[in-house]
Amino acid sequence: MLSCNIKGVSNGFPLRIEAGKVIEKEVDFNPDFLKHMFAKIEWKALVEGARSMGYAELPEDSPDATVLDSGDETFLRKLHHALLELHLEEGALVCPETGRKFPVNKGIPNMLLHEDEV
Amino acid sequence: MWFLCVFYHRLLDFRKPEVEALAELFGEEIAENESLQWRLPQHHHNDTPFHFVQLSSEEIATNIAKRSILVKGMYELWGEGTCYEELEESIKSYPDSRKLPFLTSGSTFRISVETFGKAMTFEEQNDRIRSFTYIPFEGKVDLKNPDHNFFLMEMDESEENNGLPPIVQRRIFFGREVGFADRKLLPTFQLKSRTYLGPTAMDAEMAFLMANQAKATSGKLVYDPFVGTGSILVSAARFGAMTMGADIDIRVVRDGRGPDCNVWSNFKQYGLPMPVALLRMDNNLPPWRSGLKEIFDAIICDPPYGVRACGRKSGGRKILRGTVDPYTVPDDKRTDHIPSTGAYSLVECVHDLLHLAARMLVMKGRLVFFFPVLRDDNGGEVKFPEHPCFKLVAVSEQILSSRYSRVLLTMVKVEPYSDEIEEAARLMHLEFRKNHLKWLEDGNIHSSVFKPIDSSQIHTDSKTFKDPKPKYRGKYV
Repeated sequence: MLSCNIKGVSNGFPLRIEAGKVIEKEVDFNPDFLKHMFAKIEWKALVEGARSMGYAELPEDSPDATVLDSGDETFLRKLHHALLELHLEEGALVCPETGRKFPVNKGIPNMLLHEDEV
Repeated sequence: MWFLCVFYHRLLDFRKPEVEALAELFGEEIAENESLQWRLPQHHHNDTPFHFVQLSSEEIATNIAKRSILVKGMYELWGEGTCYEELEESIKSYPDSRKLPFLTSGSTFRISVETFGKAMTFEEQNDRIRSFTYIPFEGKVDLKNPDHNFFLMEMDESEENNGLPPIVQRRIFFGREVGFADRKLLPTFQLKSRTYLGPTAMDAEMAFLMANQAKATSGKLVYDPFVGTGSILVSAARFGAMTMGADIDIRVVRDGRGPDCNVWSNFKQYGLPMPVALLRMDNNLPPWRSGLKEIFDAIICDPPYGVRACGRKSGGRKILRGTVDPYTVPDDKRTDHIPSTGAYSLVECVHDLLHLAARMLVMKGRLVFFFPVLRDDNGGEVKFPEHPCFKLVAVSEQILSSRYSRVLLTMVKVEPYSDEIEEAARLMHLEFRKNHLKWLEDGNIHSSVFKPIDSSQIHTDSKTFKDPKPKYRGKYV
């Protein structure tokens, strides 16, 4: 969802995840919420992101939206896990163009820019 | 169907908007440019706790009362009058088809007496309950857990009623309860029992009101760009919404006061689901990927007005003033460098907030935020922020001091985000950067709130002038 917003950077998405420590949190499963979010997701970026955090269960290509309503929850469960239960505790988000690292500390990505990047 | 809606006698300005938002949430169909229909009891002032509201079903009324913070109860009115004779007439003429199903022999019931602006002894209450011999109650009395709850409400005419303008005529209502409020929420969530607090943590009652205004519910994503200790998101999460927050102060969101005293622990304390994400970012330069829009269902926040807490944005104070040129941070210091921030005026802050909301809210998504208003005695018209994407649907004032109050604004996104709007926002952003100092002065309400009282007004007699310290009217703000 986030991108690199350093001035002059045009292609700051997707941020690559440099995983230091990944934790899993259990979150209540909510299909409605997932369906709503699914429409907004850049699928490739999510697959990449999940993989760099050690979760490779997501299909390479974005599934058809019909899967969501088919009654089969396998896919939604996977999406749920990747989207909501995987947390990057320590690590960094790296801009694909400049290589600028946005550190992630105690689960909080620090997206603030330095003075010369504004 | 008309229902008698009885409110708690507090936060008067917030009562109707809350019911209206909840009615929409629970499926009341309201045509565009229309709102719920309200009616006042005869000769009652607008501030009365008794209102009539039209809703399409009893179920909606029940749901509203259950979730609302300021509604005491919703009732189906069986009769009303200025005296007990009139009340009797009125109840007798109410159609039997509406009454008899609730009076059957298999059911249990209870009659409670409520008063407003007066007190009644137990005997008086009993006398009044016993006078209802003309209602054919067949069921058994059960005071603890009855099937049907009936209420008698009585108020007196008097010079002044709990600070209200006098009600000209006394009025008595009798009705069947269809829903009542669960205020137990408030003692559970009150701030004094919360582990992690900041100086501007939102009061629990107000936070729930804000979440109700935003129609927070299961499956929705709610965002707070000034999350602080998370006090607003906690209330949204309590209603089942997914939450996400951001703040520019990394100490607040990341560190808190230790491993068990931070934003996460505030959610854990109540057994609520954690926010899906907490970020440290600058609302002035948000890092959203381009093309991302319409993702949040609601944005709820309490922006820094610059009175108790000041806003900050990227760029040092000296850079923004133009006294030094932007400098490059040496490579060896980059990793631990703490970027400096500068003052962020309220005007710019609200501009950025509206722009964020226009872009990131889904259509019909709600933006709920507090906006400070200086109270002048001239009663000048207050101008609220406007945006082409938004329609203002509710304005509720909470008075904070003699100098200023804050107003809870609820806006609904009615127009889609377009390229023109994006361009206009970009130009405005540049304007704010270029004329940083000018905007900072214009948008500063701190000075007006804390300005010393004009000394010529207080010290007319110079001999009595002993206290050399300036008097601050807003000292206790």
